[in-house]
Amino acid sequence: MTQAALTGLRIETAGDETRVCIVGPLTVREAGIAYDRLAALTPSPAMTIDLGEADTIDTIGAWLVYRFLRDWRVAGVRARYANATPEQEKLIEQARINDAPCEVRPREANPVVRQLAEIGRATVAITDRFGALLAFLGLVLARLALQLARPWRIRWTSLSHHMEQVGLKALPIVGLMSFLIGLVLVQQGAYQLRRFGAEIFVVDMIGIATLRELGVLLTAIMVAGRSGSAFTAQIGTMKLTEEVDAMRTIGLDPIDTLVLPRLLALVILMPLLVFYASMVAIAGGMVFGWLSLDIPVDTFFTRVRTVVTMDDFLVGMIKAPVFGMVIAVAGCFEGMQVAGDAASVGERTTISVVESIFMVIVFDAFFAVFFTTIGM
Amino acid sequence: MTDRDVIIRVRGLRNQFGAQVVHDNLDLDVRRGEIIGIVGGSGTGKSVLMRSIIGLQEPAAGTIEIHGRSTASLSERDAKELRRTWGVLFQNGALFTSLTVAENVQVPLREYYRMDDHLLDEIAAFKIAMVGLDRDAGPKYPSDLSGGMRKRAGLARALALDPSILFLDEPTAGLDPIGATAIDDLVRQLQQTLGLTVFLITHDLDTLHSVCDRVAVLADKRVITVGTIDELLAYPHPWVQEYFKGPRGRAALQIAGGADTSGHGEGG
Repeated sequence: MTQAALTGLRIETAGDETRVCIVGPLTVREAGIAYDRLAALTPSPAMTIDLGEADTIDTIGAWLVYRFLRDWRVAGVRARYANATPEQEKLIEQARINDAPCEVRPREANPVVRQLAEIGRATVAITDRFGALLAFLGLVLARLALQLARPWRIRWTSLSHHMEQVGLKALPIVGLMSFLIGLVLVQQGAYQLRRFGAEIFVVDMIGIATLRELGVLLTAIMVAGRSGSAFTAQIGTMKLTEEVDAMRTIGLDPIDTLVLPRLLALVILMPLLVFYASMVAIAGGMVFGWLSLDIPVDTFFTRVRTVVTMDDFLVGMIKAPVFGMVIAVAGCFEGMQVAGDAASVGERTTISVVESIFMVIVFDAFFAVFFTTIGM
Repeated sequence: MTDRDVIIRVRGLRNQFGAQVVHDNLDLDVRRGEIIGIVGGSGTGKSVLMRSIIGLQEPAAGTIEIHGRSTASLSERDAKELRRTWGVLFQNGALFTSLTVAENVQVPLREYYRMDDHLLDEIAAFKIAMVGLDRDAGPKYPSDLSGGMRKRAGLARALALDPSILFLDEPTAGLDPIGATAIDDLVRQLQQTLGLTVFLITHDLDTLHSVCDRVAVLADKRVITVGTIDELLAYPHPWVQEYFKGPRGRAALQIAGGADTSGHGEGG
């Protein structure tokens, strides 16, 4: 089908008058081509759009007729339509009534100004957020102290539910991840150490690195992705459905009912998860050492017991509850920040994960300096 | 009533979710150019019926014919062509949140047709004006709009392709009475100027009285009756009686009666 057949436009010229005859339908289907062809016409002193042979016209067809007549008239042409049926006239009249051009996109400011404004907005937002986070942390710590002073007010059911969610149900994935990391670490380490004939030192490496750093960092990252995000999404959804407001009106404190059980669950379970992850990672290293490096299991054990000190173990265990708290506070804080629509839940969840992983790493750096200073 | 007058024909429709049967052996005819109101208690499957007709819900049994063609065995191309002939307004507008109102209106046009960007912008502005939105609503994002404006914007998008059938799911729900009346008037006016067939789900008795030509009542898993409000008033089913003759029904009836007489006065 050719373009001409799609839109029947026949152009007749008589004297100074041009007649544009619409043949067949003029609807949204033909609008694109009809517009291009009508826009290409050079208007003569008198223009007529003849609808005598047109059959179907919809609102968009009527709009085309109206808007070209309008433009031609503005250009000083005598323009009119002819032979329209009453229905077609009604539609063209509709187009005239509703001729109110509007912007399609918000006006964009000068790029330099926009960039500057963006930087300013971001700075204010980050400062505000940091302040709000500190305020939230203070509030949570105050409520926590109150609750620990009166332990019978702790919500045990909720606490045990969250402990199951963040602890027990995380075991398979944390275990698998740790096992593989331990295995890969020993494999890569052995490859490098072999060049110095010091293969056996992979045991020192895996033992110390896992207990001091890797076990706790990897677990924290996994928990931030698994549980921190879930906290944000759960609390955020409850904020959207006004459940949090309902709690307040009934006299339940959302910090007590929503935040503290999650926080306590993570603080209690992070050390356990970290210990489990470290042990599984060492086991992973041991399996690789035994299968590929011919390090017997008992040699591996003896070496781990001689090189790994109690300090190494304690360093990991001291960091674990702190990281748990960081993740819980960030997750719950972002959940409480949810407002507006469902898109905000997704946005906040992403922020919560990024924020908690970032803060875990910052805290880890502080801990590293601290432990070195006190000689641990 | 000849076949040509029936634009949507539903026969023996059955919908179920697991063991729960929502519709069983449901029949419904929608005539060309009418505004049909769908009423029924909560959970009687009004929205499910609409979703079945527009193909968002696969029925367990039954046939649905639109423009005389069964929707069951269409090729992808024919299905797309058929979808082009209707516009749908979802309950909360269902506007795309990442696009402005004007861009929302352009989405179906861009999807189906190739046209100049300038013309697209003009059409968007025209449709926005047609549903009674201010010109400064065009570049706004849906999150900046009130409930009533969001419905109007949704309506503008539904009307973008000049559909012959318009599906409205609770167009006045959640609006204040003034906004609701304005939407009622708009639907009436658009239906008259554009010759639309309107499938209107509502709980709003005022909408039923002021807008609908006929009303279909969903109960007992099927359409128990279809008729004008006067016919329904005489229908003996207890739910229908309770619905139209309860306190709210009576109030709406009185208002509509008053409005009708004044309307006749102006017309004469």
